[in-house]
Amino acid sequence: MDERKNIKTTLTLVSLVLLAGILYWGQNNLSTFQIRILNLAAIFVILGVSMNLVIGFTGMFSLGHSGFMCIGAYTAAILTMSPESKELIYFMEPIVPFLAHVEWPIFAAVIMAALISALFGFLIGFPALRLRDDYLAIATLGFAEIIRIIVTNTITITNGSLGLKNIPSIKSMWVYWGCAILIIIILKRIINSSWGYAFKAVRDNEIAAEAMGINVFHAKLLSFTIGSAIAGIAGALMGFLITSIDPTMFRFLFTYQILLIVVLGGMGSLTGSVIAGVFITIIMEWLRVVEQDMNVFGLLTIPGLPGMRMVIFSIGLLMIILFYRQGIMGTREFNWDWLLDKLKIRRGSKRGVSL
Amino acid sequence: MSNVLHTDNITMQFGGLKAVSDLSLEINQGGIIGLIGPNGAGKTTVFNMITGVYTPTSGKVIFNDQDITGLKPDRITALGIARTFQNIRLFQTMTVMENVMISKHVRLKANLAEAVLGLPRYSRARLKQYDECMELLHKVQLDDVVNEQATSLPYGKQRRLEIVRALATQPSLLLLDEPAAGMNPNESQELMQFIARIRDEFNITVLMIEHHMEVVMGICERIYVLDYGVTLAEGTPAEIQNNEKVIAAYLGAVKKDA
Amino acid sequence: MSMDVLLQNLANSITLGSLYALIAIGYTMVYGIIRLINFAHADLLMVAAYIVFYGILVFSLPWWASFAIAIVLTTLLGVTIEKLAYRPLRNAPRISALISAIGVSFLLENVGIVTIGATPKPFPRPSELVWNIHAGGISFLSTTIIIPVVTVILLIAVTFMVKKTKIGVAMRAVSRDFEASSLMAVDVNKIISATFAVGSGLAAVGGILWSLQYPQVDPLMGVFPGLKCFIAAVMGGIGSIPGAMIGGFILGFVEVMLVGFFPGVSGYRDAFAFVILILILLFRPGGILGENVVEKV
Repeated sequence: MDERKNIKTTLTLVSLVLLAGILYWGQNNLSTFQIRILNLAAIFVILGVSMNLVIGFTGMFSLGHSGFMCIGAYTAAILTMSPESKELIYFMEPIVPFLAHVEWPIFAAVIMAALISALFGFLIGFPALRLRDDYLAIATLGFAEIIRIIVTNTITITNGSLGLKNIPSIKSMWVYWGCAILIIIILKRIINSSWGYAFKAVRDNEIAAEAMGINVFHAKLLSFTIGSAIAGIAGALMGFLITSIDPTMFRFLFTYQILLIVVLGGMGSLTGSVIAGVFITIIMEWLRVVEQDMNVFGLLTIPGLPGMRMVIFSIGLLMIILFYRQGIMGTREFNWDWLLDKLKIRRGSKRGVSL
Repeated sequence: MSNVLHTDNITMQFGGLKAVSDLSLEINQGGIIGLIGPNGAGKTTVFNMITGVYTPTSGKVIFNDQDITGLKPDRITALGIARTFQNIRLFQTMTVMENVMISKHVRLKANLAEAVLGLPRYSRARLKQYDECMELLHKVQLDDVVNEQATSLPYGKQRRLEIVRALATQPSLLLLDEPAAGMNPNESQELMQFIARIRDEFNITVLMIEHHMEVVMGICERIYVLDYGVTLAEGTPAEIQNNEKVIAAYLGAVKKDA
Repeated sequence: MSMDVLLQNLANSITLGSLYALIAIGYTMVYGIIRLINFAHADLLMVAAYIVFYGILVFSLPWWASFAIAIVLTTLLGVTIEKLAYRPLRNAPRISALISAIGVSFLLENVGIVTIGATPKPFPRPSELVWNIHAGGISFLSTTIIIPVVTVILLIAVTFMVKKTKIGVAMRAVSRDFEASSLMAVDVNKIISATFAVGSGLAAVGGILWSLQYPQVDPLMGVFPGLKCFIAAVMGGIGSIPGAMIGGFILGFVEVMLVGFFPGVSGYRDAFAFVILILILLFRPGGILGENVVEKV
């Protein structure tokens, strides 16, 4: 009856097949370096969409994302490191006995990372989400720091500030981009569902949302927990990509970079976060050039300026928030309807909403 | 006639200020009741106490023989009281249809997992809700702007949308906070008929705060007059119009129509 | 704990408390007037410290000249930041202004890293100001006395200004009711700039005194003190100047005493402040002296 719906389903399936094809080609033809960057981009995309869920779609200014990444990373790393590695790495104090001989498969570890991060998200969200915007920001920032400080000090579990090395290395683009695509699909379905509507209503007008029957606190807690779980997955993947983690990796700087991605892409647009995630990752690498010595025409060397990347990013964030607040996509999403409208293919139903 | 809502001596105290004192209202099934009084008399505070935004400092709110005092707003909406706001509170990033669909969330009998997996229990329920909302919007002649941004509508339509959004929660009692604010006499007239129509069609009870006297006197069967948080008078429109205390405090000399 | 150590700890806690109080006032004044957590406030501390650093070591200026220049320049910087990064967003959603504040903070820190380098450098303490005092068998630094004294003088000055001067009254009016004030012919922009000027000036003094007490400067030196001072301001009641003072002293006291009595938890030292913050926000968000504002429905 709705011919458009069939067209759209076909388009989606075709795109997925195309993506699979691109991944296959990439895995076999790109250099190790390029693959690594793209995998990193996948992780940042995952971080971007999960932070956007909390900040952009539900309107909660949480700055605690790096804390949940940290939990996810450590959970997955500890579960997947071989017992021999553990004995080697934990040389200041040996690891807690019940974790010493644990060695889980990757998939299970990632799921566990998601669950533990979700648990912490729930526990932290419970008190924190009663707070207003600015206080929520500081409270979540505080929680992220507390997590980091605890991780640094519980040496028998986390090896403290020495960090963990010899985490199993995963280089396959299928894993990272597979996760990213799966997460994007799930988030899209959540956002288009009645719960997604509830999130957006809470963002737009909390008091009206409550008057229309939405339990605002439950909605916030749900959104926050999901966001934390996904951040945990991203953390786990980070560990597998870089093979070593330590508490200083998860400082506020990390949350800041994800914030940049969310703001650049548009708070309230999944598409935007995907685009911005890839863009920022590539720019970050490309800007490394600025931090190295530059040889100009072989005549003179401009000395590298370490830290210049972050200066550029800071200016970038300020420019965006001052002059281009809605970001690349604003609250719009890419969808097939837009494309089909352009191609003037007739709409079957007038239903303008996704359910 | 059964008693849909009554309040027992509710008082609202903010620090040293008593916004509402010992108020006892009685709303009967199917009626259209007015709540009038000068600005600052505490009318919206009464609404807030009934809908759970404020918990009364003392006293009770009884809805359909159930004590709802101190319950949170979303619970109260689930039980069947819906409201609109003095300053329109539409969801500004959402379309007309999306605004109305929000009200269906409270009645949705499915869980998030079913939604994500696309299971029929969710998708069927949701489609049904969509159709219900469409029908509602059709009844109030807002179906031509269904996919427009809610805040892009002209003021009168926005007010109507807010009322429809409240109706979508399937209430038995509807609280309207100054629904005619900012309207000219023609629009107020239309609104009056609109309210009477929805009371009949949806079989609900209406309690409304208003300053437009033509609307209040024209459509309300009974009126409560509030001043400084206290009931000044209560009765039919005719009684109120002739009440000296009310005239002195609020109405001024009312011209008597033929 | 022996008497000597106890006295030492008490002295340190008063000193630290003074520093926290000075910086907390800036947070509370800005929040009180435009409801913004100025993430960049604490980085001004760092800027002032570095200006003195360069003044003394690179330009060979006498210490009092470096101090003066640092205070003036930092105050100007604070006022400029408000004009460029916060004022344009005054009518935007609150999140935007917060993001801008974070952006400014990061910019300052990273410009610091690029221009001065991330490695901490020793701060040149003028010997006229910092010397050892021996009294009754214990020895302590002169800063232990100088810092609280300077702080108290400044606190009295600020309180006087806010209560008695025209500008102070205007500041309080604007923080109570923004719109009404502008209708009363108060030049709101000027008042806000003045607020930032006072806050930034105090932060500058705080930064200089901080460096006298803890003579090490690095671009990120303001980060933790900043967070803690904001927490102190919340503890005392955000928007209340006396509250910020009280909060600062309490926080300094708790921090030093806790580590003094339980050395084993020194690794968690920074976490305390956050725990305190979260407890306050949950159970008494108005803080010690603050009030609760209800949103009008």
